[in-house]
Amino acid sequence: MASPTTGLEVFTDREYKYGFVTDIETDEVPAGLDEDVIRVISAKKNEPQFMLDWRLRAYRYWQKLEKAEAEPKWANVHYPAIDYDGIVYYSAPKKRPTSLEDVDPELLRTFEKLGVPLEERMLLAGVAVDAVFDSVSVATTFKAKLSEAGVIFCSFSDAVQNHPELIQKYLGSVVPYTDNFFAALNAAVFSDGSFCYVPKGVRCPMELSTYFRINAMNTGQFERTLIVADEGSYVSYLEGCTAPMRDTNQLHAAVVELVALDHAQIKYSTVQNWYAGDKEGRGGIFNFVTKRGKCQGDSSKISWTQVETGSAITWKYPSVILQGDNSVGEFYSVALTTNHQQADTGTKMTHIGKNTKSTIVSKGISGVFGQNTYRGLVRIQKGATGARNYSQCDSLLLGDRCGAHTLPYVEVMNDSSQVEHEASTSRISDDQLFYCRQRGISAEDAVSMIVNGFCKEVFRELPMEFAVEAAKLLGVSLEGSVG
Amino acid sequence: MLEIKGLHVSVAGKEILRGIDLQIGQGEVHAVMGPNGSGKSTLAQVLAGHPAYEVTAGQVLYQGRDLLGLPAEERAREGIFLAFQYPVEIPGVSVAYFLKAGLNATRKHRGLEELDAMEFLDVLRAKLKFLEIDQAMLQRSLNEGFSGGEKKRHEVLQMAVLEPSLAILDETDSGLDIDSLRVVATAVDHLRAPDRSTIIVTHYQRILNYITPDFVHVLMGGQIVRSGGSELAHELEARGYDWVRGEAAAAGSEVKP
Ligand SMILES: Nc1ncnc2c1ncn2[C@@H]1O[C@H](COP(=O)(O)OP(=O)(O)OP(=O)(O)O)[C@@H](O)[C@H]1O
Ligand SMILES: [Mg+2]
Repeated sequence: MASPTTGLEVFTDREYKYGFVTDIETDEVPAGLDEDVIRVISAKKNEPQFMLDWRLRAYRYWQKLEKAEAEPKWANVHYPAIDYDGIVYYSAPKKRPTSLEDVDPELLRTFEKLGVPLEERMLLAGVAVDAVFDSVSVATTFKAKLSEAGVIFCSFSDAVQNHPELIQKYLGSVVPYTDNFFAALNAAVFSDGSFCYVPKGVRCPMELSTYFRINAMNTGQFERTLIVADEGSYVSYLEGCTAPMRDTNQLHAAVVELVALDHAQIKYSTVQNWYAGDKEGRGGIFNFVTKRGKCQGDSSKISWTQVETGSAITWKYPSVILQGDNSVGEFYSVALTTNHQQADTGTKMTHIGKNTKSTIVSKGISGVFGQNTYRGLVRIQKGATGARNYSQCDSLLLGDRCGAHTLPYVEVMNDSSQVEHEASTSRISDDQLFYCRQRGISAEDAVSMIVNGFCKEVFRELPMEFAVEAAKLLGVSLEGSVG
Repeated sequence: MLEIKGLHVSVAGKEILRGIDLQIGQGEVHAVMGPNGSGKSTLAQVLAGHPAYEVTAGQVLYQGRDLLGLPAEERAREGIFLAFQYPVEIPGVSVAYFLKAGLNATRKHRGLEELDAMEFLDVLRAKLKFLEIDQAMLQRSLNEGFSGGEKKRHEVLQMAVLEPSLAILDETDSGLDIDSLRVVATAVDHLRAPDRSTIIVTHYQRILNYITPDFVHVLMGGQIVRSGGSELAHELEARGYDWVRGEAAAAGSEVKP
């Protein structure tokens, strides 16, 4: 007698939609790293002396760490040693555009395939995109409308040329190059990224967006983003990532720094879909990223929302330093690991000012052999009277060979504070699946629906269109992850 | 409409249904009664295609076609609806979203246009009113924190939306207060239609005051030990199951408690 299947085993192979390679001429420096390479990068970018000096200091620091084999090993991720001499540290499209019309059409087609609406559609969507292709920022749109509001939004290189005083003031002020191994490496070799400055009292008139894409082979991408929200301003920033399929691993070591002054608010949303490797665990991006925001001013607020479905390995802790009194830090995260993906992600909330408040909502989903670790630190310093934290970490397991681990660390040095932590681990039950199927919903759609429901508290923090994208992405990424 | 022949079903290696024969004609309402643990829900679940229940022998024809080879979602789209005795909670999935997904999957299967959010709300509004369900419920997570009565109303709402050809109501009257019972039972009776057959699993005669069944069956020890008209329900209410058990034993069929 044919016994009806649960439907869980009917999932097809997960396909990576963005795994194409763009064939354009690039300007590269040879693989490997020494002071000369750094000088070349700095010279190619025509940087002022302070930048070169900073890069060299960072490089020397990193070199010490590398010699001491101080690459961080504490994360719950396992990967073969990275050959830092095999990496090309600078790669840029040869033709450098000055306006959108000059952009290599091949490149524009790439962005089109990626769904980045660079042209007319963008205006309707009201999104300004600063697209980073390998290392050089190729096109920046809507500069005019933004500059009308006084908002500076440009590639990091342009900012170095046109606003060196802002760069000098804030670069490394949140993530110094001494912060960690990958932050030091990034500081030495970063080739581009985005810069944003929102002046006093300005509410940024549109959502800002950067799409990163790693294209060239063996290229480590080291972009750097710096966002400064001046007093009483507001900005919402979206970041989306994809990378082509390759058998070998690629390193992505980015740094993001956010600074919020008095009463300013920064909302930073990420949908990360870097190539995760194949079903056997070959290839995929190593995503080792340092993201941190500083609520420098009183009553400022920084909110991180991330949906992480890609990368072979993710090592990432978007954090907030709550320095100003009454400042607020938030971290909302969905991390999906399937096949052989590993993620060690979480946040660090450092309460320094009085009556500071932080919220952490983390949703980890693991399927097949995926390993998902939440690592969080809530630190209440001595002076942080009346500080409050609420953390909630939920894990959903889609199979029995995958894993979920929750490591919440709490350090409290002020008795008047309140720290609350909740955690849960669950599975999709047969009865839940059957209930959906009994209403005509396919098993695949049911899983995706239940997982989306599980992530709802995070998705609702995302800007509307991004939330729709994230839900779709999660659906695609789930295929083949349940069995 | 539905023809069950010699159906044997096991769950977790234990035989629960031990030879069920039942025929349900189009537009008929059948009540299935019987003591706790006799296999009523098992019958309901197996008809709906729950994968945990293993059919070891027998056949089920639905609209003349073999039912048991179809996966659960196909059965649903072909018009089989089960109102669950214990509806499961799905956090974060709203009632509206869930209902719309189910309805559109079914419509698609039948070659009908899928409904958008506005059209769907139009379909829903009258049904909500009829079942005296507050529209606010649509935004709540599926069955999460619903009271017993709300869960049951919500099951009947789904039936009203999906318009099945065969509805199986598993103790939809349990846990309802007097007013809720009236609302739910009236709605079910209202949903009676010439092209819709209904199986009502119940312990109590009272729901049958609103919906007069064409047939009443008594399930005991995994077998149907007695069938009759609506008067059988009254008799059971008055005399309990012992006399059926006695009679069945006398007639020689082996009925375990
Ligand atoms: N999934 C299961 N695993 C193990 N045993 C089960 C399972 N489902 C049902 N059973 C057993 O099968 C028998 C019949 O259960 P069923 O739920 O069909 O009874 P019922 O007639 O609906 O009872 P009630 O009137 O209490 O709802 C019971 O002994 C029950 O414990
Ligand atoms: Mg039952």
